[in-house]
Amino acid sequence: MGKIVAVTGNEACAEALRQINPDVCAAYPITPATDLMQRFSSFVNDGKVDTELVLVESEHSAMSACIGAAAAGGRVGTATSSQGLALMWEMLYIAAGTRLPIIMPLVNRALSAPLNIHGDHSDGMGARDTGWIQFYSENAQEAYDNTIQAFRIGEHLDIRLPVMVCMDGFIVSHSIERVEYIEDADVKNFVGKFEAVNPLLDLDNPKSYGPLILTDLYHEYKRAQHEVMTKVPKVVLDVAAEFEKMTGRSYGLFETYRLDDAEMAVVVMSSAAGTTKDIIDQYRDRGVKIGLLKPRMFRPFPYQEIAEALQHVKAIAVLDRADSFGGYGPLFSEITGAVMSMNSKPAMINKIFGLGGRDYLPEQAEHVIDELIEIAKTGKVETVKEYIGVRE
Amino acid sequence: MSKKFWEELPQGSVVLEAGSSAKFKTGGWRSMRPKWIEENCIQCMFCWMYCPDMSVKVKIEKDNKGEDKAVRADFDFDYCKGCGICALECPGKKGKKAIVMEEEGK
Repeated sequence: MGKIVAVTGNEACAEALRQINPDVCAAYPITPATDLMQRFSSFVNDGKVDTELVLVESEHSAMSACIGAAAAGGRVGTATSSQGLALMWEMLYIAAGTRLPIIMPLVNRALSAPLNIHGDHSDGMGARDTGWIQFYSENAQEAYDNTIQAFRIGEHLDIRLPVMVCMDGFIVSHSIERVEYIEDADVKNFVGKFEAVNPLLDLDNPKSYGPLILTDLYHEYKRAQHEVMTKVPKVVLDVAAEFEKMTGRSYGLFETYRLDDAEMAVVVMSSAAGTTKDIIDQYRDRGVKIGLLKPRMFRPFPYQEIAEALQHVKAIAVLDRADSFGGYGPLFSEITGAVMSMNSKPAMINKIFGLGGRDYLPEQAEHVIDELIEIAKTGKVETVKEYIGVRE
Repeated sequence: MSKKFWEELPQGSVVLEAGSSAKFKTGGWRSMRPKWIEENCIQCMFCWMYCPDMSVKVKIEKDNKGEDKAVRADFDFDYCKGCGICALECPGKKGKKAIVMEEEGK
């Protein structure tokens, strides 16, 4: 067993990167991820890692350098937030389409305008379709554990895809929490030796990355990319089982909390799940059959598995920390997609909360559960999508 | 290559065969065709230098001392896209161009 420490989410992720010791990191500072890479750069400066740290002039360059290093045959990581992720936009698709296992903690932050540095999921949700695997972490421990597992998942020979490990900006990235670190040797052993696939630096076998593929093959390449995503859940669960053996900490595609006998469910990701669990306990004490489902893996989205976990509930509230303007919240859309395969159709509501770091307070969870109780009783939904915690 | 099923494709569209771009013949993009007029050519090799592709072919001939000398041959129309740079740069002989552009298919 490793040591127990009091650290921030950023510090925990930087520690995971130190323990993994990637060959190359290319990064550009952006609040609230700056602190993560700054800590990692200290490890580089102090000789604690052998990583080549490339200090680039923008996030577009950061991801470009990561792509180059990964294609060359290296184990690669970086980190970013918000506008930084937005600036990486075109390179995100290239990393995934080229099947390069780049691991990137994403410290979730709102997107401008108006300019805001605090936490919400607008950045990660915008990268939903890039072809990256995405994990969302509730706390610093999960961010640390997910980062370590991400290397195994992304680098798995059946997968070879980039992975984003998300945590809520400031709420997790800058709050000090209890975290159990794994021993260096155990992390090293767990992630194993990096195996390069078609490395450019294999000079005996010259090859080209990034060809022009037009109407005769592009569709086939995208079909192949779809296929690899279908293999991800099994690898995620296999890696989680091995991780549990090492640490005793259990991970799935999603987490359920008091859901087995629940009549109503709240679906919410990341740090807000913790607050919601506390309120669920209070309602449970009063005999209300309410439970929670917290997706961990957002891409690929485990529709079937989530449908099975939710099929017995009468009413579901999906809480989104991002909006899709003119549409339902992104998580709500996924849950309705999951519900499609269920025999009974539960009533569903969508709440948009916590944008730009607005606190998600216990009263908001209570408000949602009270509404769910009413909906479960009457079967009637008045407004599908609504903002909560907003002054009006 | 173009007949492959998705299951057979190399991971991440990596091209594993070196030098395979020679198989991709781009001459079909051409709408203007350069015409070489040999009697106006002074063998300056400007066209060979300026060609953004490698579509000006060169052959080796013996000069009058019996030594190897590179001289201009005709265009490689498998790759010439008809950009016209060679014709623009061609100094010609006594004001007469050795390369002129003509509309393709005329």
